[in-house]
Amino acid sequence: NISFHGGESPKGTLRVKMVLLGSSGVGKSSLALRFGKDEFRSTTPTVGCAYLTRVVHLSDVTLRFEIWDTAGQEKYHSVTPLYYRGAHAALLVYDISKRETFIRAQVWLKELEKQYTPGSTVMWLVGNKGDLAQDRQVSVQEGQALANDRDLSFTETSALAGDQVSELLIYKKAVLGLIESPDLTKETFGNKGPKFKDGPHIYH
Amino acid sequence: MERDNHQEGEAQGVKICDPPSERKPPDTLATSLSLLGNHMFPDPVERNNSTTDKEEPADLHLSDVTAQEQSLDAEPPSNQVKKLETEEAENSECQSNESAETTDRGAEDAADRVTEDAAAVDNDQSDSGEFVVTMLAKAKLEEQGIGVKGRSSPLLEAGTQESPAFMSHRDEDVTADSWRQHRKHVFVLSEAGKPIYSRYGSEEALSSTMGVMMALVSFVQSGDNIIRSVYSEQHTVVFLQKGPLVLVCVSSSRQSEQQLRGELLYVYYQIISMLTQASISRIFEHKKNYDLRRLLAGSEKILDGLLNLVDSDPSFLLAAIHCLPLASSLRDSLSQILQKAITPNLVFSILIAKNQLLTIVQEKTVIEDTRLEPADVHLLLNLIGASSAFQAGEIWTPICLPLFNPDCYFYAYISYLDPPECTVCLLLLSTDKEAFYAVAECKRKIEEAMVAQNSLSLIAKAQSYSVSQVGVSDLRHFMYKPFDVPDNYRQLSQFTSPEMEAPYSSEEEKMRLLDLYRYMHSRIHSTSRPLKLIYHVAERETLLAWVTSKFELYTCFSPLVTKACAITAITKLLRWIKKEEDRLFIRYPPKYSTTPNPSKSSRGGKSDQQDSTDNGFLSLL
Ligand SMILES: Nc1nc2c(ncn2[C@@H]2O[C@H](COP(=O)(O)OP(=O)(O)OP(=O)(O)O)[C@@H](O)[C@H]2O)c(=O)[nH]1
Ligand SMILES: [Mg+2]
Repeated sequence: NISFHGGESPKGTLRVKMVLLGSSGVGKSSLALRFGKDEFRSTTPTVGCAYLTRVVHLSDVTLRFEIWDTAGQEKYHSVTPLYYRGAHAALLVYDISKRETFIRAQVWLKELEKQYTPGSTVMWLVGNKGDLAQDRQVSVQEGQALANDRDLSFTETSALAGDQVSELLIYKKAVLGLIESPDLTKETFGNKGPKFKDGPHIYH
Repeated sequence: MERDNHQEGEAQGVKICDPPSERKPPDTLATSLSLLGNHMFPDPVERNNSTTDKEEPADLHLSDVTAQEQSLDAEPPSNQVKKLETEEAENSECQSNESAETTDRGAEDAADRVTEDAAAVDNDQSDSGEFVVTMLAKAKLEEQGIGVKGRSSPLLEAGTQESPAFMSHRDEDVTADSWRQHRKHVFVLSEAGKPIYSRYGSEEALSSTMGVMMALVSFVQSGDNIIRSVYSEQHTVVFLQKGPLVLVCVSSSRQSEQQLRGELLYVYYQIISMLTQASISRIFEHKKNYDLRRLLAGSEKILDGLLNLVDSDPSFLLAAIHCLPLASSLRDSLSQILQKAITPNLVFSILIAKNQLLTIVQEKTVIEDTRLEPADVHLLLNLIGASSAFQAGEIWTPICLPLFNPDCYFYAYISYLDPPECTVCLLLLSTDKEAFYAVAECKRKIEEAMVAQNSLSLIAKAQSYSVSQVGVSDLRHFMYKPFDVPDNYRQLSQFTSPEMEAPYSSEEEKMRLLDLYRYMHSRIHSTSRPLKLIYHVAERETLLAWVTSKFELYTCFSPLVTKACAITAITKLLRWIKKEEDRLFIRYPPKYSTTPNPSKSSRGGKSDQQDSTDNGFLSLL
């Protein structure tokens, strides 16, 4: 389910399509910005979908993440399938300080499950805004329980605090889940973890 | 005063075209409003009639003054002078009266005469609903006998208010004076009286106000009339019903009803650009009581931004595009770059810098069917301006161009070409929602070609011009909209205008000049008494507006300019524009051919896009 870029792209580049889903305001674009530029800026609600790429060079393989940061606003829901179709990894994001976004995430999950055959897509449940502990409305246990129940990976993050470890973890595990060759997996990540080059690579 | 009496006269002129025999007895309306909780209704009936009677044909002799036309290459003096001379009668009248005019008192005085006793009500206003009701009550209702039949009273349906999951960010106190004093309020509501948008204050806090407005609209409708506008001494209230949406503007800006209605139409179109007309109709067909805020959540900023632009950017008033002045060789080379980077179903390629158009390339077959309207471009520019998210990467989003086709989506690819500055923006519109990768590839080609030709640094040097470049003393500012651009009937309407410089550099002064232009525009385009030429001596400047079959021109001079000077200046200005027009305008909008199957992307070809409108929204009901 990983497509190797033919032609123009160098051999050994894995193209990984990753989609960010979830209610408006949960922090999808902020997470994408963390992935892409490791920064946190003020954002405006996404229009339609923002497409970003992030190239990650590992010891013997280059991963090209194509991140589809979808708009959470309800008016765009009808077009969202356009963006998540064929994704290798889906991050289902909710805001731990807003219960309704967690409920909404479960609705998304149902929809995704209709679209995907199990195993073809790595799905993550992500509780964002971990820094807002004082306003927490969804406990870690609840998030974890939902993830276990649906066989998803789970993590809490904070795009604001730039909880780098969590972000890397998402990358690493998303990739781990995707790369089926155990050898490659082992060799790629070893103990060092992936090495990121500077800056985003928007289009090559 | 003369000036404002004109305005008043015009407003009344509009009203007068309706026979005074209202289909609905006004006292029933009064009863209805008082039932709505307005115990202060000051009985507008007599005043209605007296207002109507007060129409004075002031300066009707003007209308035939400048009926002749002037060619652009203006070998003018004889002809022109004659025309301006003919205006003399009015001008001297204007001058004497207007020099006595102190700022804006005129209209208020005039209106005070009309609604004196109602003014006392002001002090009693205790909430925003009463603010509107009082205004409505104080003023005169204008009704039009266009039948709207078969509608149940929306009042009966105005049910309970559910609050949407995503709440509006506005927390202005709608009972405060400051709220009332905003220059222009805009409200959007559904036919069932549900609040959809308010420019200031949260829709929720204003739900009773909007309920009152809707009650009024539906009341008038029940008499087979349409309520169009209401005037009071300080405010003009304009109603616009479009399908299941009702838009209301409460303005103290002294703009004409026509202009305000035009602005409401922009708001409507911006909503359509996000949702399409077809899906809005379908939604309300299924559920009259639907809370449209669910679908517009997060888009308030886009509407806010639009209204700010409408107030501050004359493009909207003139319904024309302002393109960035550019050497024609550079504009041509950019157009060629766009022309070469194409893919099937690409329909428009648009290059924007500093929020102004650089060039636009259009699909041949599509543009044969229909032209791209300036309003659609304005909406696109506003959408881009209102969202910083575009700076994050490449955007792929459905968007409807309401004047092109209100029921279908295009798919817009939006990307900045000069990160991190993000001033040069590429917009590619396709009819194929699956075309993202193909369209993104076009962008890559465009980027490459622009690097090869060093286009970005050339674009960076481009800028708007100063009026001093025209070399005409006393000329402070102007707006020129030609009608004679080659290939006009397929051409975008454009206008050119220098930067606003001293004394119009502060926000207040800019707005004041724009208001003067709006006033001139409303008189030129008055429905009851259109004018061809107006020479207007205001307190701090002298303005001259002139419309011919070839162009529309608004000029602003220093106050002491003589008429002879103004004429010479305009002659020079027209020559200068003629000389510079290759730089000031997009002269020959280039085309390409990308449509393998023309019917697919032409105006009527909905097959491809229809599913995206069908899909989803209904399932949310
Ligand atoms: N405290 C805190 N705020 C965050 C965090 N992530 C995002 N935000 C804020 O949440 C708001 C919404 O963030 P976005 O990233 O635009 O949300 P989104 O999910 O992309 O929203 P849509 O594009 O409308 O779907 C912004 O004001 C962010 O600054 C976080 O980890 N902690
Ligand atoms: Mg976003």
